[in-house]
Amino acid sequence: MSDRIFGVFGLLLAIGFAFSALAIEESFLSDAVGPKAFPLIIAAILGLSSIVIAIRPDAEPEWPALGRLVEVGAAVVVMIFYAELLPVAGFVIATAFAAAYLAWRLGSGPFEAVLVGIGTSLGIYVIFHLVLGLSLARGPLGF
Amino acid sequence: METLASLGDGFAIALTWQNLMLALLGCFLGTIMGALPGLGPSNGVAILIPLAFTLGLGATPSLILLTSVYYGAMYGGRISSILLNIPGDEPAMMTCLDGHPMAKKGFAGEALSLSGIASFVGAFLATWGLIFLAPQLVKIALLFGPAEYFALFALAFMTLGGVSSTNQAKSAFAAALGLGLATIGVDTQTGVPRFTFGEVHLYDGLDFLVAIVGLFALSEVFIFLEHRHGGSDAEGRKLNIGRLYPPVSMIKKCTPTMLRTSFLGFIAGVLPGAGASLGSFISYSMEKRLVDKEDTFGTGDPRGVAAPEAGNNAAAGGALVPMLALGVPGSGTTAVLLAVLLALNITPGPLLFTQNPDVVWGLIAALFIANFMLLAMNIPMVGLFTRVLMIPSRILMPIVAMVSFVGIYGISGSSFDLLVMIGFGVMGWVLRKLDVPLVPIILGTLLGNSMENNLRRAVTIDNGNWWTLIDSPLSIALWVIAIIGFVLPLIVGARVKAKMHQRRDEEGAISD
Repeated sequence: MSDRIFGVFGLLLAIGFAFSALAIEESFLSDAVGPKAFPLIIAAILGLSSIVIAIRPDAEPEWPALGRLVEVGAAVVVMIFYAELLPVAGFVIATAFAAAYLAWRLGSGPFEAVLVGIGTSLGIYVIFHLVLGLSLARGPLGF
Repeated sequence: METLASLGDGFAIALTWQNLMLALLGCFLGTIMGALPGLGPSNGVAILIPLAFTLGLGATPSLILLTSVYYGAMYGGRISSILLNIPGDEPAMMTCLDGHPMAKKGFAGEALSLSGIASFVGAFLATWGLIFLAPQLVKIALLFGPAEYFALFALAFMTLGGVSSTNQAKSAFAAALGLGLATIGVDTQTGVPRFTFGEVHLYDGLDFLVAIVGLFALSEVFIFLEHRHGGSDAEGRKLNIGRLYPPVSMIKKCTPTMLRTSFLGFIAGVLPGAGASLGSFISYSMEKRLVDKEDTFGTGDPRGVAAPEAGNNAAAGGALVPMLALGVPGSGTTAVLLAVLLALNITPGPLLFTQNPDVVWGLIAALFIANFMLLAMNIPMVGLFTRVLMIPSRILMPIVAMVSFVGIYGISGSSFDLLVMIGFGVMGWVLRKLDVPLVPIILGTLLGNSMENNLRRAVTIDNGNWWTLIDSPLSIALWVIAIIGFVLPLIVGARVKAKMHQRRDEEGAISD
């Protein structure tokens, strides 16, 4: 069933891709092929392979239980917050929180999680910023 | 003779303090990454690229660092195969079959050191193979015009599918997805924006480094979260090594095996689409058929340890040949290494050997040096790396995730790229669940632009005649190989692949 849904989704993607390829505005100066041809070939391959996937599905993969899906979803949300807040909060603080969260969700106790968070954040800061001179996000506190 | 002179120049480049330190660092990190289940050669190299890039290392030093990681990971994978019966990375899968039984019989130290020697022999011979084969391939590649290049790219995608997935349709899907992603951005020939949806950040196209780190490294973090696999695989087990050097008689007995499988592995590596996993698989199968008279393979036969290790390391060296000479990588990790070259504005392919001989020969010399370093690290110091196996993934994975973020942020300094990377991470996770291989996606995003440019150049030169693509004997030959490479696995490949993928898990999607 997963593969059938995946195949249909892929087919829709291919159709969408083909339509937006057709909508590309051609410039008045163009080579013999133009900017549309290659994307259209790709769309055709994408569509054909999706149809084959939908018609001849593989064995069902093992999807995780709902709780585990929520887990992955929550991690994605935390990472998005991390990406957005990085320039606001500064590297050290944002990274400590994100790393502590991930360590906690992977099964560390609260104390260990905090330790991993702070350790990862400071470790990266010292090695990459102070020693190697990589520029990291600078928050209001300057680190 | 000329080759040896060039190699001499290469050693002059590689033997600076900076390059030696980078090689040492790369070997060390690579062995660790190979040893840890969950981090393999391709995602290990992927995490380190942005760092090498933002640190402002030049082309040769970056390549030395990253190929040392690549070779190191190939060595390291065997450690957890032997001690824990869990392959540290995909190519080390076959080493479990005889390595772990040997360890159970109390010969863990012998198995580790013997496989270390086999790895060395395989990698050493393959590096010589690289030196002699790559320039020959360059001579052929210089005859290629745009039409032939287009056919060559098609060949790479079509043969890659045959090996990397059990379902050809899924690898075709992956390749098309990657090529489609590469078309995002301003068209290089006419200057019109394509698929940008008005988003300014997309005008430049998607940064393939962002895609690689997201697909390989972040998706791994999601897999671990999904299973809440927080402990270390070594927990509660005693890692007893015992004596560290194998008896001379054992090495003697295994020498013919190592030489044969090095050759076989190298060939498997050079062929497009086949990586180190296939190299170790066919090495083991052939050796089993050839010398397993008393039916001892699978019960801890030393030859069964030497064969896959020599095979996979030789294949790792062999896979560098098409990457350097043609600019078309044959495996996952060499695709990632190609990304390094592209990020540094170096076009791999036949011209690399004439325009940047320092890069090529410096790299090759560094491979020799790295090989000796790895031999030294992997036999007397192997105890150090077995301790790494004790690190639980609940500590390791947050570090992996954060280092990935730091690397990508360091390149662009924009949150937008981080969001794209998270998007790729989620996509990678879903696709791995669905058993869609990720390597063709990466290859597509890397090669998409030059594939399209070659197509358009070829057709434009011939005034819009599309038949020009199959006009020369060379391009017809390439298309024939491509089609055979795509169709053959459909007929005979199912059996081989079923065997090869018996022991794998979701790691298969990023197989090398």
